Amino acid sequence: MTGFLTLLKRDLALAAREGAALGTALGFYLVVVAMLPLGLGPDLKLLSRIAPGVLWIALLLAALLSLPRMLEADHEDGSLEVMVTAPLPLELAIAAKALAHWISTGIPLTLMAPVLGLMLNLDIALTPMLVATMLVGTPAISFLGSIGAALTLKSRRGGLLLALLVLPLYIPTLIFGISAIGFASLGQDGASASLLILTAISLASIAAGPFAAAAAVRLQMS
Amino acid sequence: MKPMQTLTQRLANPTRFMELSRAILPWIAGGAALFIGYAMYLVFFVAPPDYQQGETVKIMYIHVPSAWLAMMGYSIVALSSFGLLVFRHPLADVSAKAAAPIGAAFTLAALITGSLWGKPMWGTYWVWDARLTSVLILLFLYLGLIALRSSLEDEALAGKLTAVLALVGVAILPIIKFSVDWWNTLHQPSTGFTSTVDPSMRTPLLLSAIGFSLLFFALHLKAMQTEILRRRVKTMRLQEVERGERLFTAQAE
Amino acid sequence: MFLHADNLTVERGARPVISALSFTAKAGEALLLVGPNGAGKTTLIRTLAGFIRPSSGAVALKGDSGDRDVAQCCHYVGHLTGVKANLTVTQNLAFWGAYLAEDASGRDRLASRVEDALETFGLSRLSDFPAGLLSAGQKRRLGLARLCVATRPIWLLDEPTVSLDTASTELLSRLIKTHVSGGGIVIAATHLPLGLDEPTVLRLGANPASSGPEARA
Repeated sequence: MTGFLTLLKRDLALAAREGAALGTALGFYLVVVAMLPLGLGPDLKLLSRIAPGVLWIALLLAALLSLPRMLEADHEDGSLEVMVTAPLPLELAIAAKALAHWISTGIPLTLMAPVLGLMLNLDIALTPMLVATMLVGTPAISFLGSIGAALTLKSRRGGLLLALLVLPLYIPTLIFGISAIGFASLGQDGASASLLILTAISLASIAAGPFAAAAAVRLQMS
Repeated sequence: MKPMQTLTQRLANPTRFMELSRAILPWIAGGAALFIGYAMYLVFFVAPPDYQQGETVKIMYIHVPSAWLAMMGYSIVALSSFGLLVFRHPLADVSAKAAAPIGAAFTLAALITGSLWGKPMWGTYWVWDARLTSVLILLFLYLGLIALRSSLEDEALAGKLTAVLALVGVAILPIIKFSVDWWNTLHQPSTGFTSTVDPSMRTPLLLSAIGFSLLFFALHLKAMQTEILRRRVKTMRLQEVERGERLFTAQAE
Repeated sequence: MFLHADNLTVERGARPVISALSFTAKAGEALLLVGPNGAGKTTLIRTLAGFIRPSSGAVALKGDSGDRDVAQCCHYVGHLTGVKANLTVTQNLAFWGAYLAEDASGRDRLASRVEDALETFGLSRLSDFPAGLLSAGQKRRLGLARLCVATRPIWLLDEPTVSLDTASTELLSRLIKTHVSGGGIVIAATHLPLGLDEPTVLRLGANPASSGPEARA
C-alpha cells in the first residue's frame, strides 16, 4: 500500500506543479457554460431549467481534456515501463493514477459547478444535490477514463479518439446524476435512489476500470 | 492431419477455414436470398396492412431483423474478442474485425428504418425513445471499436486493444440499457408502442429474421475470407521486402 | 540464484527476431549482449523483463527464495530515463526508491541512500533543481541512480552508456562490478565492453537464422 500512496503523492505533486492542466480544465468549463446563454438566449427560466444538464455535460467534457495525460506522460518518459517491474501491481498503480486524476480534476470541477450554477440561475436549493451528484459521480469519470487513456496510449489521434471511446461509457453516470437533481427539484423521493445507483456505478468503475486499463497497458509494452 | 486435433483446432487453421467456408458460403448466401425473397413476397403481397399503422408497418420486417442483428453482431465481436484474449485463437481477431463493420451497418439500418417508421407513427423522424436511444449508443460503441482499430499501425496490437474495448463495452451495455430505460420512463411515461404481433405478420417476420441472419453470416464469412487473404498478401510482401534486403546486403558484402 | 532462458523464440510482427535461444546467467555473472542493430538485443531484454511474451520457450528464475518471476526482481533501464521534469532531482530519485522497494525495510534510511546515490553520480549539487533543467547525460545518470536506491538482484540494462561521458561510463562499470561481486546478475545490451574483467558475451546475429544455440560465445 505504501507504493500506492507514494505514486498518488507523486501524481498529485506533479498535478500541482503542472497547474496549467487544471487551469485549462476549469477555464474550459467556464467558457463552455458561458457560451450557452449566448447560444440559447438570456431567458433565465430556460437557463435554470437546463442548468443541471449543462453543468454535468460541460463537466464531462472538461474532465475529458486532462484524461490523455493520465498515462501518456509516464509512457513518454519511460516511467510506465519501470512501474510494470515494480512490486505494486500495475492495476493498483493505475488506480492510484486515476485517483490522483479525480482529486486533481474531478473535485476542483465539482467545486466550481455551484459558481457556474449561479450564472445559469440554478435554484440555490438544488446546489447541495448538484455537488453531491458530482462528488459521487466523478470517480467514474476518472476510473472509466483510465481505460480510454490506456487504450489510446499509442494511437495517432489520441485525444479525439479518447472522447469517442469513453463518452458512451459515461452515459449511465450522466443519466443518474441528472435524475437525482431532477427528483430533488420536484421534491420527490427518488433522489436518494438515484444517488445510490450513481455511487454503485462509481464503485463498479473503481473496481473494474484499473483491470481493463492495466490489461491494455501490458499489451502495449511489447 | 493429426488425429488428436479437436474441431476448434482444425477450424482455427486459416487454410482449413478457407476451404470449409468456401464450401458452405454459397449455401448460406443462397439460403439468405431464398428466405429474404420469400419473406418479402409475403410482406408485400400476402400480409395484411396493420389496422393502426397501415402500409408503413412493412418497415418492421426490415427494422426488427436489423435491430436483432445489431445486437447479435456485437455479441459476435465480444465472443471473438474473448477468444482472442483468452485462447489466442488465430481466427478470433479476424472474426472480430470482420463482424464490427457489418454489425455497425445493421445498427445504422435499424436506426434509419426506425426513424422512417417513426415519421408516420410519431410525426417526427427522431424521438428519444428508449430503444432508439439504446441502439444509437450501440452504434457509438461500434464506431469506437472501428476507430480504435484504425488508429493503430501495429495490427496485432490493434486487434488485442480493440478486444479489450469490446469486452468493456459488453460489461457496460446492460448498465447503459438500464440507465436509458430509467431515463426514458422519467421523461416519457409511455410511448404506447407495445402492441403484440398478429400471427399473419409473425410468419413473414420470422422468415425475414432468418433470412437476414443468414445474410449476416454470409457477409461475415466473406469478410473473414477477405481479411485472411489481405493478411497473407501483407505477409508475402513483407517477406519479399526482407528477401530484397538480404540480397542487397549479400551484394554489398 | 540463476536466470535461465530456455529455447526462447520471440517474434515481432510475425517474423522471428530471436529464435531458439538458450542461455543461463548465474549469480555473480555479467552477461553482455552484443550484435548489430536489429539483432534483437532490445527485444531480448524486454522479453526478460516480461514486457514481451515469447512465442515459444520460457524465461525462468531458479534458486530464488520467493516465488518471483524476473520482472519482479529486476531493475529495467531502457532507452528512456523515467525522470519527471517537474520534480526536483531528489524527489525523482526518492520516488523510485520508495516505489520500487519491496517492503518497509527497503524504505529504511531512504533519504540517506538517495543522498549517497546522488553523490555517487555527481548530482549532489543539483539535488534541489527541477530535473527538467538537467542535460541529457545528467538525466541519464539520474535514471541510472535508481539502481543504487532500490536493491534488486537482476539488472537489465539496455544501452546504458548512451549519452554518458567516459567518466560516467567508468562509474557505471564500477557499479556493475560491485553488483556482480555481491552475487547479482547483470544483463546488458551494449557496444562497449564496460571494462569488465571476464564478462560472458552473448552474440546475437542480425540474421535470425544465425542466432541459434551455437551463437553462444
